[in-house]
Amino acid sequence: MKKQIALMSVLSPLAAAAQNDSIMYGNDKMNVVIGVITIIFIGLGAYLFSLDRKIKKLEDEK
Amino acid sequence: MKGLPYKIAGLLLIIFSLTYGLWTEVPELPIIEQSIRNLFYHVSMWFAMVAMMAASFGNAIGFLSSENMARDRRSISLAETGMFFSVMGLLTGMLWAKFTWGAWWTNDPKLNGTAITMLIYLAYFVLRNSIDDPRKRARISGVYNIFAFVMMIVFIGILPRMTDSLHPGNGGNPGFNSYDLDNRLRLVFYPAVLGWILVGTWIASLRYRLRTLEE
Repeated sequence: MKKQIALMSVLSPLAAAAQNDSIMYGNDKMNVVIGVITIIFIGLGAYLFSLDRKIKKLEDEK
Repeated sequence: MKGLPYKIAGLLLIIFSLTYGLWTEVPELPIIEQSIRNLFYHVSMWFAMVAMMAASFGNAIGFLSSENMARDRRSISLAETGMFFSVMGLLTGMLWAKFTWGAWWTNDPKLNGTAITMLIYLAYFVLRNSIDDPRKRARISGVYNIFAFVMMIVFIGILPRMTDSLHPGNGGNPGFNSYDLDNRLRLVFYPAVLGWILVGTWIASLRYRLRTLEE
């Protein structure tokens, strides 16, 4: 139960901000997370593109 | 690269949903609160899955009426991609359910219906692997695919609406439209669904091309 409360406070920015005024709880830090998500997804997209090119090469060889 | 515009459009739409979906203001709803943003991510998995399965079904019918083996390869590739989306939808749904309904799994008709649907499609993959002759395999699995798709519609589209369910739009609960009427949610949700369908089509086409190369 304790773990759940801790996890919930992590998931809910408002609850966390209320009990902690550390700088990483600031609202703008959300953008850092959004940046991380975007980088991962762009990486995934680039991976799809490279797969696509590899398959294209195999198709051209045939 | 063939189809470059739709591939880029799909990626951009998803990036839009990942960023703007977290920036945008959301309506204040009891219990789900900020987690309503999962609408953009969890629900779009299911929309993408249904789109993939529908395309797989269309190609199964296409094969049965034309005997064109390429249609069969498309059909299985789309079904595999749809299966990926349903696994993602199930896992994300379980996490969301834990924090809103209080359990990883409930006896909600939609959850059980989804589990049955996934088993039906798993049986489709097993069935394919158990037949060696390609033409016979294509014909039998094409017929089975029609059955699987109809069952999916029944289990996740019809039956949950006829009983009580925790999901919106089912039983006594209001439909997504009552939340969706909020244009802030709509603005992110529809692009997310379209983006995932486009990227899903891309992934399925890669699988299809690999399959064609293998033959």
